[in-house]
Amino acid sequence: MAKITLEHLRHSYMANPPTEADWALRRLDIVWDDGGAYALLGPSGCGKTTLLNIVSGLLKPTEGRVLFDDRDVTDLPPDQRQIAQVFQFPVIYDTMTVYGNLAFPLRNRNVPEKEVDQRVRQIADMLDLTGRLDSRASGLTADGKQKISLGRGLVRSDVNVIMFDEPLTVIDPHLKWVLRSKLKELHQEVGRTMIYVTHDQTEALTFADQVVVMNLGEVVQVGTPVELFERPEHTFVGHFIGSPGMNVLPCELANGGASIDGHRVAVANASALKQADGALEIGIRPEFVSFADEGLPVNVVKVSDAGRYRIVDTRLGDHSIKLLVSEGETVPSERAYLRFDPERTRVYCDSRVMT
Amino acid sequence: MNKTVNQKAWFFVLPVLALVAFNAIIPLMTVVNYSLQETFGDNVFFWAGTQWFQDVLGSERFHAALGRQLLFTFTILVIEIPLGVAIALAMPRTGPWVSVCLVMMALPLLIPWNVVGAMWNIFALPDIGLLGHTLNALGWDYNFTRNPGDAWMTVILMDVWHWTSLVVLLAYAGLVSIPDAYYQAAKIDGARPWAIFRYIQLPKMKRVLTIAILLRFMDSFNIYTEPFVLTGGGPGNSTTLLSIDLVKVALGQFDLGPAAAMSLIYFLIILLFSWIFYAVMTRNEEW
Repeated sequence: MAKITLEHLRHSYMANPPTEADWALRRLDIVWDDGGAYALLGPSGCGKTTLLNIVSGLLKPTEGRVLFDDRDVTDLPPDQRQIAQVFQFPVIYDTMTVYGNLAFPLRNRNVPEKEVDQRVRQIADMLDLTGRLDSRASGLTADGKQKISLGRGLVRSDVNVIMFDEPLTVIDPHLKWVLRSKLKELHQEVGRTMIYVTHDQTEALTFADQVVVMNLGEVVQVGTPVELFERPEHTFVGHFIGSPGMNVLPCELANGGASIDGHRVAVANASALKQADGALEIGIRPEFVSFADEGLPVNVVKVSDAGRYRIVDTRLGDHSIKLLVSEGETVPSERAYLRFDPERTRVYCDSRVMT
Repeated sequence: MNKTVNQKAWFFVLPVLALVAFNAIIPLMTVVNYSLQETFGDNVFFWAGTQWFQDVLGSERFHAALGRQLLFTFTILVIEIPLGVAIALAMPRTGPWVSVCLVMMALPLLIPWNVVGAMWNIFALPDIGLLGHTLNALGWDYNFTRNPGDAWMTVILMDVWHWTSLVVLLAYAGLVSIPDAYYQAAKIDGARPWAIFRYIQLPKMKRVLTIAILLRFMDSFNIYTEPFVLTGGGPGNSTTLLSIDLVKVALGQFDLGPAAAMSLIYFLIILLFSWIFYAVMTRNEEW
């Protein structure tokens, strides 16, 4: 049990990275509190797995430190860090029974057999594996095998953090949901720190209390699912989370306000607006755009049915703006006006929200 | 789903069938033919029934050759399999040395078999051979043409030198196919090197090792060229393995009937053992 602090982390797989783009992790400072449920969310290649391997000790960072509480563990190998990890593909010891698999980490640490037995049965019970304890692990389905990998982390009482590296990749869709709720339930039951790496926003947002969104080796935002949705600090977060993603439109500053192609738009961070060198953009989620009697003049080009709501695609000049319309509502044909919710509209400078 | 039925497909199989018939089925049937008949030359044959089979199975000479064959095969399996696995484990998995190691390992396999025999013959000659001379200089009265023990040692050493590489390459292929996550999980679970070998590497190598054992068993049971070139089956009959004995009967004495019966028995023994090995090593495993 420990608080995890990542201090000024940088990592590159090259000996002397010539450019900034050669760093797998560019600069990271994160503090994870003891007992929290965290998710690391980002597209493939953003450095999530690198970060995970640094925390678990499978990789040594090029620069920076990893602290468990106040102990510097940067140079410690995985087995001395008291961590557990569930991998993308189930890792089980084929020749052992389910029981043998669960007991393996304890037996390696010379725990007395009596205690091993007690722990294994307790964990098997939590994971609904009790009935299969004596079967060979290789005979289980993918979700059963992932439960075993998780179980090997849970049996140890000394584990500081359990890490998941896209653990649901090989699980059937209908079981993903089951396993995800099981994870959430387990987290509440055992109170261990859990870090969940994924590129799937649904997995991240349903599992975690705090989501760390990463892109190109950098953390772009840390926040609760609600914060990420309602107040994205980076256009990447807006794009990556939500479906469809946030509308991002180039804008200019005029008379202390923002406007798109000469049409003035009220924004939430109006007080922070100042002349800046970077590219200015307005970000607004489709959920917060609605049809109105006046506002931005657009052409409706496409309506797609997404079940309980419809996604309407409109054009303002060259820019595409999407909005969600609920089932009963009528969609104007061709010419229409759009209204942006001022509280949810923000101006971004070089992709970062202006503050 | 409907299967497409097209009888023309048989035409494509015909050439292979003809080839197999020509080089396997017809010769094999000829052997069966010989094994049941007696001939005095001039292409005149008399029915002999199972006489030759009874003779071979009852003959002490056959028992002795079979015993030597079993001892030889057992010895080289016991040496080559663990040694091959050990070398494969010691080889690097990444980096520039991988290809160097692989090429060095493959070299013995590329040498023609009779050359291997000739090489070892010269190498082991007690007066001028590097090995033979060195051993004698060290005070060991080594002479593989005179002492059966020395002959056996040399034949086995030669086979180990020649064929351990095959086991190494197969075991290595099995090792590198193990995903990194297994090693990482084992590290996290606190597994010591022995446990990693026992519970990860060995189970993952099981299939290739099954193949390695089968191949080494069959090849060593059939072995002819190298020991024939090295010792010619001597001194006396001490290194006369089954195949060497068979050639002596068939071509030395020209006893076609007994030789045919012997080769069929020989063939069935290999088939039986291979099946037993396979069945034992793959039991309760889903392939």
